[in-house]
Amino acid sequence: MDFPIRIPLGKWVESFVNWLTENFSTVFDSIKVVVEFLLIQLDSFFVWVPWPVSLIALTLIGWAVAGRKVGIITAACLFGLGCMDLWIIGMSTMALVMTAVFISVLFGLPMGILAAKSPKFDMLLKPILDGMQTIPSFVYLIPAIMFFGIGNVPGIIATVIFALPPMVRLTSLGIQQVDNEVIEAGIAFGCTPIQLLLKIQLPLAIPSIMTGVNQTVMMALSMVVVAAMIGAGGLGSKILYSIQRIDLGVGIESGLGILFIAVVLDRILQGITKKQQDAIMHNKS
Amino acid sequence: MADEKNPKIKCEDVWKVFGSGADSIIKDWDKYKEMTKVERLEKTGCVVGTRQATFQVSEGEIFCLMGLSGSGKSTLVRCINRLHEPSAGKVFIDDEDITALSGLELREVRRKKMGMVFQNFALLPHRRLVNNAALGLEVQGVDKKEREKKAYEALELVGLKGWEKSYPYELSGGMQQRVGLARALATNPEILLMDEAFSALDPLIKRQMQDEFVKLIKKVKKTIVFVTHDLHEALRIANHIAIMKDGAIVQQGTPSEIVLNPAKGYVEEFVQDLPKTKFITARDIMQKPDNWVLPVGCTTEELVNKMNEHTLRYAFLVDENQQVQDTVDYFNFIATNGFSNSIEEIPKEKRPSYFPTISVSGDTFLESLLKQAADTKVPIVVNDNQGKIQGIIPRETILMSLQSA
Repeated sequence: MDFPIRIPLGKWVESFVNWLTENFSTVFDSIKVVVEFLLIQLDSFFVWVPWPVSLIALTLIGWAVAGRKVGIITAACLFGLGCMDLWIIGMSTMALVMTAVFISVLFGLPMGILAAKSPKFDMLLKPILDGMQTIPSFVYLIPAIMFFGIGNVPGIIATVIFALPPMVRLTSLGIQQVDNEVIEAGIAFGCTPIQLLLKIQLPLAIPSIMTGVNQTVMMALSMVVVAAMIGAGGLGSKILYSIQRIDLGVGIESGLGILFIAVVLDRILQGITKKQQDAIMHNKS
Repeated sequence: MADEKNPKIKCEDVWKVFGSGADSIIKDWDKYKEMTKVERLEKTGCVVGTRQATFQVSEGEIFCLMGLSGSGKSTLVRCINRLHEPSAGKVFIDDEDITALSGLELREVRRKKMGMVFQNFALLPHRRLVNNAALGLEVQGVDKKEREKKAYEALELVGLKGWEKSYPYELSGGMQQRVGLARALATNPEILLMDEAFSALDPLIKRQMQDEFVKLIKKVKKTIVFVTHDLHEALRIANHIAIMKDGAIVQQGTPSEIVLNPAKGYVEEFVQDLPKTKFITARDIMQKPDNWVLPVGCTTEELVNKMNEHTLRYAFLVDENQQVQDTVDYFNFIATNGFSNSIEEIPKEKRPSYFPTISVSGDTFLESLLKQAADTKVPIVVNDNQGKIQGIIPRETILMSLQSA
């Protein structure tokens, strides 16, 4: 039996996206320019630095911010990456992921703060975030291509859409979970709203915010293969290639490469705020 | 009662009703008066935090708001610095209407005039103690060197010298609350608001903190509003106490007024189990000394007449500074002097004093008066801190006060 009504939603969206592409091409172009600039700077830097320098520098950074264990882990991961002849391509992925994470944090943090402060904004945001996380990422690859063409930029944009929600949610949650008495103390001692945010709410929300950053990194890394489908480079394209050729060896190596990069990025990022996180968590127990 | 003329803090008919529709509840209170909290909440969606609260705190005193949880004491103290916006009524500090201040002015008052101490310390766990204590100065924009100096001083004042670089989690609860106190003192405010400041501490530490606190406050001269659910604590540290129930103040007075003359019902029940000997002071039960004292230069006739008139067994001779010089026992005196009607001044050797004078300060508790009274038959002399006689406590009075206790 036929359904009585057929809403041409797909058509509508299509014409809406077309209309956007035609009328706002300058906006999309400028976004593209900015994102591309960021990516190219990072990418060429990481690729340009000789591997021993990178390896040692990152190892030392890891050691400095989070201790010897993280230093050793960083060195091992990066060495593993190089051993599989994935250094250059791995650095490209690193640049891609860092760009996506940077943009996600840049937008996710203020959105999270706003959501924590304004229940109305939170209500509006929630369904959108749900959508961003549940609609299969392949679906928004199409408009991404329409807006930004083929290449790294739509890949990054798609990655940001996927990786942004945890950043927003966990920032908001972190701020809302700050002990009310501490907030009262801030107000009682005469904090302005900005001082309250910067001196009390954000610092105390750091454990939660950093969990958000961690999630964002992980989700961005999990997106590299999908992004490769629309022309993003790096390890993702290598995995895509291995799928097409059913080349297990390349697939395994590239997959491990992504894992190594994930570990390095996460340990160093967490390490930066480790001391503060420990102090806050310690105090709660 | 508090000094009527120049109270430091004055609350006039302060209400705090949570929920919308507060105004109608305040206006038609008679209608809602008889309802229970739950009924009121179901009918109006509102919770009355504090109602009709009127009290004054004079400069330099410790004023306790005492009540069980849910009695509105924490709400009321938050109305003073407007952490809770009062729904009705006025709050004055130094005759300035706090409730009428703009946001900006209010922030200034919070920064300069008031410090607050919280039940669970409310420290910033990611900051070292010095930076915790300096928070108030930091938000005022005091430069780093200056505020650290003051934070160090404040930490030293509360006995945390040497801990400045530690983190809160390295400290015990009692020490953490010292940091909370140091933070409140660092800005040198005139007023401290203390919300259950010692309630989260274990009993021994709590007692120790109370004692130190009272000493410290005498030194730094602050006006304190102290919220507590612990009557013992209130009686220990307060100059005045307001006892709250269901959002309203049911009785106000000095600790001994509360203990000796509790308001019918709630307060009475509250204080009935108290060991009153620990709260009644010499000042509360002493009698005016007039009947018992004569000047050192009095004549035998005057002395004997006065003692006869008031049927005294003992009398006290005081010098021109109102300091007791001698205790005279009627029978001993007669034995030495006979029933002489001499109008001569009594020579020193003829006023034999077999009994040393026992004198105490007005703050002495009945508990220790009892011990002293057991050792002597002579009435106890109450002196002020200059040694001037203020009152007399005959042994019968002590016994009678025990009866009521």
